[in-house]
Amino acid sequence: MRSMLAALLLVTAAGCSSETVFLNGAGATFPNIIYQRWMLDYNGMHPNVQMNYQSIGSGGGIRQFSDGTVDFGGSDAPMNDSAIAALNNNVLHIPTVLGADVLVYNLPEVTTTLRFTQDVVADMFLGRITRWHDARLRAINPGVTLPDRPIIIVYRSDGSGTTYIWTDYLSKISPEWAERVGRGTSVSWPVGIGGRGNEGVAGTVRQTPGAAGYVELGYALINNMPAGLLRNRAGNFIEPTIPAVTAAAAGAMAMMGPDTDFRVSITDPEGADAYPAASFTWLLMHREYTDQLKTRALIDFVWWVLTDGQVVGPELGYAPLPAQMQSWIADRLAAITVEGETVWQRPDR
Amino acid sequence: MTARGTRTVGDTVFRVVLTAFALVIPAVMLALVLELGLQAWPSITRFGAKFLFTSTWDPVAEIYGAAPMIFGTLVSSLLALLLAVPLAVGTAIFLTEFSPTWMRRTVGTLVELLAAIPSVVYGLWGIFVLIPLLRRFVVPVLEATLGWTPLVSGEFYGNSMIAAGFILAIMILPYIATVSREVLQAVPTSQRDAALALGATRWEAVWSVQLPYARTGIVGAIILGLGRALGETMAVTMVIGNRHEISTSILEPGYTMASVIANEFAEATTSLYLSALFEIGLVLFGVTVVVNAFARLLVWRVARGSAAGSTAL
Repeated sequence: MRSMLAALLLVTAAGCSSETVFLNGAGATFPNIIYQRWMLDYNGMHPNVQMNYQSIGSGGGIRQFSDGTVDFGGSDAPMNDSAIAALNNNVLHIPTVLGADVLVYNLPEVTTTLRFTQDVVADMFLGRITRWHDARLRAINPGVTLPDRPIIIVYRSDGSGTTYIWTDYLSKISPEWAERVGRGTSVSWPVGIGGRGNEGVAGTVRQTPGAAGYVELGYALINNMPAGLLRNRAGNFIEPTIPAVTAAAAGAMAMMGPDTDFRVSITDPEGADAYPAASFTWLLMHREYTDQLKTRALIDFVWWVLTDGQVVGPELGYAPLPAQMQSWIADRLAAITVEGETVWQRPDR
Repeated sequence: MTARGTRTVGDTVFRVVLTAFALVIPAVMLALVLELGLQAWPSITRFGAKFLFTSTWDPVAEIYGAAPMIFGTLVSSLLALLLAVPLAVGTAIFLTEFSPTWMRRTVGTLVELLAAIPSVVYGLWGIFVLIPLLRRFVVPVLEATLGWTPLVSGEFYGNSMIAAGFILAIMILPYIATVSREVLQAVPTSQRDAALALGATRWEAVWSVQLPYARTGIVGAIILGLGRALGETMAVTMVIGNRHEISTSILEPGYTMASVIANEFAEATTSLYLSALFEIGLVLFGVTVVVNAFARLLVWRVARGSAAGSTAL
C-alpha cells in the first residue's frame, strides 16, 4: 500500500509539476523579513510550492524543529551538542544570510563618528569605563571633544539573536567577559538598562543623552542611525556596512575549512576589511527526511536562496554570503537522504 | 412517556449541563496550576526557596532567582495605585456631583476610551513622551523634595520604576474611574438630599455620606485596577528598564514577572531555562491570588465597617 502510494506520488510528481507541496518552518525573528520575501518571490516562480514561516523566536524554532512539527527551523544561535545528540545527529545547519550588530550612541555634542577599540567596548559593557570623558576613549578619538557624561548602556531585554552576536563578540575580545558573562540570547548584564526589541533599544538610546547600545545593522541602516567604528583583529577601524559583513564571513572561512558543520561563530574574524560583530543565521534541516517530494522542493528552495536569492539581501539590510561558500553548502544539501537515497544534485550552471 | 416524566428528564439534563458549565472554570484553573507546576518542577526542585529570594538571573550559567521580578511587580503596581486612585475617584466624584451635563458625557467617554488604547501604544508613548516629561518636570521636583530619602536616589536614566508606575496608573485609571462612577451614581439621591437638608456643604455630603455608602464598590474598582496592573506586560516592559536588581529608589530600573516571561520565553532554548520561566508564571499566579484574597478581606472588612457606620447614623 505504502509503496503503491509512493509510486503514485512519484508518477504525479514527474507527470505534472502542479502537485502542490506545503513546507512549514518556524524560528528566528531576525531573518523573518528576508525569509518572507524569499518565499513570496519563490512562490511567484513556483506556484506549486506553498511555504509558511512563523517567526516565533530561535528557541521556539529549535523546539518545533526537534519535535518534528515543522519541516525546517530557523535559528540565530546554533543548536548545542546535547540538543543535536537528542535528535540522533539528524540536523544540518545551513547558513542563509549574514547579520551584524552596530554600536549606536547618543552624544548630542559630538558630530564626528567615534572609534572604539576592543578593550574599550568590553570595558564599557563591563561597567569599567563609566564616563564618555574617559582617557582611553579620548586617546582613540583624537581631535574629538568628548563630554563629561555618564555612559548609560542599553541592551536588548528580550532574548534575541542580536544579543547572541553582541555577547559572542564581547566574549571573543574580552576574556573577562567570557568568564563573567558569556554568550547567549539573554545574559546577565553587568550594567545598563534593557529595551525591548531593536526599536526599544534605539528609542531609549535616542531619548537618553550619554546612552550607548547595540542594534541590528539592517535596523540602523533603514533608520539612518550613526554607528561607531569598531577596530577589527587586523587593527583597522571598520564602518558597519554590508560588504564589511560579507568580508567577515569570507575571513572566517579560512578557519572553518570545507568539512565544517557551519555551527561556527564568525565574530572577531581575520581580514583587513572584516567587520568584527557579525554572524550567520541558520536554517535547520534534517539529514534524513521521509517525504521525497517535500524534501526535493525544500532543497530546491534553499539552493535558490543561496544563489539567486542572495541579491535581495542588501536592500533589506542583510549581508549576502561569500560566493565561495556555495559549493560547501551544496555538498551538504546533496547528501540529504530520503529513506537512504539522495534526492538532489547541484544543478550545472 | 408521560408529561411528568419528560419534565423530570428535562430538569435532569438542564441540571447536568449547568453543573458541567459551572465546573468548567474551576477545572480550567486547576489544569492551569497543575500544568504550570509540572513544567516548573525541574526548576522548583533545583532551586527550592532560593528561587524566590535571590536576585541572580543568569541564563548562561543557568542560575535563576526571581526576587527582583516579584519585588518589581508589587512595587510598580503599588505606585500605579498611589497615583491612579486619587485621580480616578476624584474624576468619578466630579462627574457624578459637580460637572455640567455636557461635560459629564464628554469627559466620561474620553476616560473610558483610555481603556481601548493597546498597551504597546502606551509603551511607545511612554518612551517618547512620558519619560522626557518625567525627566524635565517630575524628577527634578522629586529630587528637590524627597532627594534625601533612599526612595529617590541614584541617576535617572529614563527607563525606571517610576516610569512604569506612571504608565500603569494611566492604564488602570479608566477601570477605577468608570466603576467608581457607576457606584457613586447608584447612591440613592435621598441620602445626599438628607445630608444637604441637615445643612451639610456639598463637600461634606460627598465625604461623609456618599463615599462611605459607595466604599465597598470603590474598593472593588481598585482591586480590578490592581489586577490589571499586576498582569500588564508590554507597556511596562518598554519603560521599566528590565534590570534584574532590587533598588530602593524609584528612579532606578526594575523588572516585573510578566515582562520577563514575555521577553525571554521565545528564545529560551534549554529545558531548565524554560522551567524557570514557568516557575515565574506560577509565582505570578500565586501573587495574584494572594493579593486578591487580601483585597477581598479588605472589602469584607470595609463592608462591615460601613454597615456599622450606618447603624451609628
